[in-house]
Amino acid sequence: MAALVELRDVVKHFPVSRSLAEIVRGKHPAVRALAGVSFDVGAGDAVAVVGESGCGKTTLGRLMLKLAEPTAGTIAFDGTALATLAGDSLRGFRRQAQLVFQNPFEALNPRFTIYRAVAEPLLNAGVDRAEHMDRVVSAFRRVHLPDVGRYLDKYPHQLSGGQLQRVVLARALVLGPRFLVADEPVSMLDVSVRAGILALLREVRDAMGLSAVYISHDLALVRYLCERTLVMYLGRVVEDGPTEEIVRRPRHPYTRALVAAVPVPDADQSRAPLPIRGNVPDAREPPSGCAFRERCPHAMPRCAVETPALRSIGERHRMACHLE
Amino acid sequence: MILEVERLAIDYATRAGRVRAVDGASFVVPEGRIVGLVGESGCGKTTAVRAIMGVLAENGRRAGGRVSFKGQPIDEATTRRHLWRDIAYVPQSAMSSLDPVYTVGSQLVEVMTRRGGYARAAARARSAELFELVGLSESRLADYPHQFSGGMRQRAAIAMALALAPSLVLADEPVTALDVIVQRQILDMLRGLQRRLSLSVVLVTHDISVVAYLCDEVVVMYAGQVIESGPVREVLARPRHPYTMGLRNAFPDLLSDALELVPIEGSPPDLADPPPGCRFAPRCPFAMAACSATPALIADSRAPGHVSACLRDGEVEQLRPLALDPVTWQRSSSYATS
Amino acid sequence: MVERVEGTLPAEPASTFWPVLRRLLAMPLSDPFAFAGLAIYLLFVLVALFADQLAPTDPMEILFTKAGKVAANASPGAEFWLGTTNLGRDIYSQLVHGTQSALAVGLSAAVIVAAVGTVVGLVSGYFGGAVDAVLMRIADMALSLPFLPFVIVLTGFLGASTSNIVLAVALLLWPNSARVIRSQVLTLRERAYVEAARVTGASASRILFVHIAPNILPLSFVYAAIAIGWAIITEASVSFLGFGDPDNVSWGMMLQDAFASQALSRGQYAWFVPPGLCIILVVVAGFFISRGYEEVFMPRLRGR
Repeated sequence: MAALVELRDVVKHFPVSRSLAEIVRGKHPAVRALAGVSFDVGAGDAVAVVGESGCGKTTLGRLMLKLAEPTAGTIAFDGTALATLAGDSLRGFRRQAQLVFQNPFEALNPRFTIYRAVAEPLLNAGVDRAEHMDRVVSAFRRVHLPDVGRYLDKYPHQLSGGQLQRVVLARALVLGPRFLVADEPVSMLDVSVRAGILALLREVRDAMGLSAVYISHDLALVRYLCERTLVMYLGRVVEDGPTEEIVRRPRHPYTRALVAAVPVPDADQSRAPLPIRGNVPDAREPPSGCAFRERCPHAMPRCAVETPALRSIGERHRMACHLE
Repeated sequence: MILEVERLAIDYATRAGRVRAVDGASFVVPEGRIVGLVGESGCGKTTAVRAIMGVLAENGRRAGGRVSFKGQPIDEATTRRHLWRDIAYVPQSAMSSLDPVYTVGSQLVEVMTRRGGYARAAARARSAELFELVGLSESRLADYPHQFSGGMRQRAAIAMALALAPSLVLADEPVTALDVIVQRQILDMLRGLQRRLSLSVVLVTHDISVVAYLCDEVVVMYAGQVIESGPVREVLARPRHPYTMGLRNAFPDLLSDALELVPIEGSPPDLADPPPGCRFAPRCPFAMAACSATPALIADSRAPGHVSACLRDGEVEQLRPLALDPVTWQRSSSYATS
Repeated sequence: MVERVEGTLPAEPASTFWPVLRRLLAMPLSDPFAFAGLAIYLLFVLVALFADQLAPTDPMEILFTKAGKVAANASPGAEFWLGTTNLGRDIYSQLVHGTQSALAVGLSAAVIVAAVGTVVGLVSGYFGGAVDAVLMRIADMALSLPFLPFVIVLTGFLGASTSNIVLAVALLLWPNSARVIRSQVLTLRERAYVEAARVTGASASRILFVHIAPNILPLSFVYAAIAIGWAIITEASVSFLGFGDPDNVSWGMMLQDAFASQALSRGQYAWFVPPGLCIILVVVAGFFISRGYEEVFMPRLRGR
């Protein structure tokens, strides 16, 4: 199947304020949020992007929705480069690509009623007002908020976190999008509520044939969301493969450390010590070559000079490491 | 028992009236053990710990119950005497306990000279020692909090808590804001410190996998009450209370074979107007008529071993297999609306 | 769709502005200081509206006694409530008519300052980049102007009229509100729900005026209330210094007249105390109201 979203060598730098010494030396320091990311999201595919804070995963999501522009590289949606979108074509894109936010308490305008919040995309897309109510009601049914009348006149602060996240999802679905980015969609929710939202995300995706990208720090969670996972470290994809393989047989040394560090709710599990040392380096001055080499138990001289590229290591499984 | 909490009740005065955030919570902390206090947001776990520390918010007050430290009853006034020296606190956000305008080292020294009667030179020597203890380089004492990463700040906050060699450490979500690798490093360090210094620790968290990794005992709270407690292995492997069973099903597990999480339908009760009987009854798949009539509390919290507040505790062996089936948790009448 | 929807359905979405505006207008009812400030304003507004009825004589008319002499330097009494000036004008009538010009200056300056400051702050904060840089440099320049000298020079060039004084005050005061509102917009712009509006395809003007502006309306009110006091003081100062509109009766002009007639050495307190008190009252009332808005809408600013 053809790819719906294509990223090619996407780079994003955020300039930071310069010290006097850096101005004198003519240096332009920047946080390298993304250092060349390429992957495809096929139509109907669901991809998880996993990594620690600062690995660039949130920036990646924003770029895919044209909420920010890449410093270099291209992102194409349905064959059209996002950089070329403006005016009507941009509005067309906005109807097809939507975002689910991390914090549902922040994602809705506190001054808007729930109805107004969910109808806003319709208004912006120029949908006839007569249709608004029907479409809002059907979006509510999709997210399993059945007795719509109870919610429409309420304000966000009158709803619980789980209900709000359903409303946020309803707003994202009301225009019938083809592509959904969800940035930590359940991390602010309580455990007992989380499972319901995860199941809902899967159900909605299947029912509507959506392509989706889930951004998460929690490897344990993405298992319940999608079949393919990308692991990011310091602005690069280090491993890309089927989620179960990544969880059960992680290949990249960083993924191995990540899997080893995830706690499990089982006290009988004896856990291996962490195969990693140190902290994530400063994203302004990442190490030469492989960004992970300073913490890697298997680092070789080659790692310092040559940045490993993503290479195939199995069926639909790639990693960026010089190790065999 | 280094800490005993009996029928603790805490009220908050809110615009909507009086809210009893903790209602008759009892638990004990045995000497030299790590006890996990676990529950979802609003269950009263943080409030309980803050009350033990005597640092409740202005609109909160202790409305009943006893707290004893090493057998001595402590209240808000006497807690102050124990603060730092005997009982120390590690907050969730280390940033909030560190003052951004002073170096981390000077804040450590300050705690020791002001609270512990250390001389400056001795305090400085002790700071270096503490930093080494928590895995930070001595040279970082001269840094300001903003120069630290999240994990380093949390280490510094732990160093500060340990400054006056307390015997009990209360840690409120100490690793929640951290990435998994850093989280693991901090947990390993906490375990090491606890062994070396034979500390007793109360770890407040919403994350049962953190409890599973670190704690010896666990106390599960729901809607202001303790509903189950016991040794971690026991409670997680053979939960006795339906809420704990549900929580276990809802919790993502990297190593489990089940690829489905089961939500607990509904949401916790409004504490301004709690249900009369068991507070979990409205969400409980096993609730009977009696459950909504009789309040369910653990009879004797000081009894060692695994206890549950469930009225149907006698049938637990029959209920547990049922709880593993996702269908049990589905409401035929309503969809998930929480 | 065959879904039956229970409950009342929302009609056409109401504006986000009205609830905010309603709260803003109702605020003085909940804060005693602001209430006092508002009461003072109301009193002055009534006086200004009914000035012709309240004032027994034309404020500039030179009055004569029954004996045919100029009624100058009369003491306060039954005939002239607050006495007369050196030239035989009725002070009470002047005071009443001075209210008109004070309020005209204060309110028009407030409206202009709030409107310009709000629009510039919104545009500058939301769009950023070159627009922001240019607008903020203009604001910096305006802020660096010395206050009174600038007003005097401007009225010197454009002519000594009330409207020119208002213009000068507006030119000097808009940057304060614009900068504060801009910084507020900078944080609001990053809020998730504003981002959400962008994702759903909202236009820039919709985001600015529907999602962001209602949140900064309280700030606009604070700066409007502050501007009233400043404008009245400025007008009084300029008139006192003799650069005001000579045909216009104002409190500042009364003070200048009193000063020129050596009121203090002649013990004629009635010449300067009433207009001085009025100026203080109006300025304090403005302060009370702006303080009320800060307390209610920006509790973080509250001192501990």
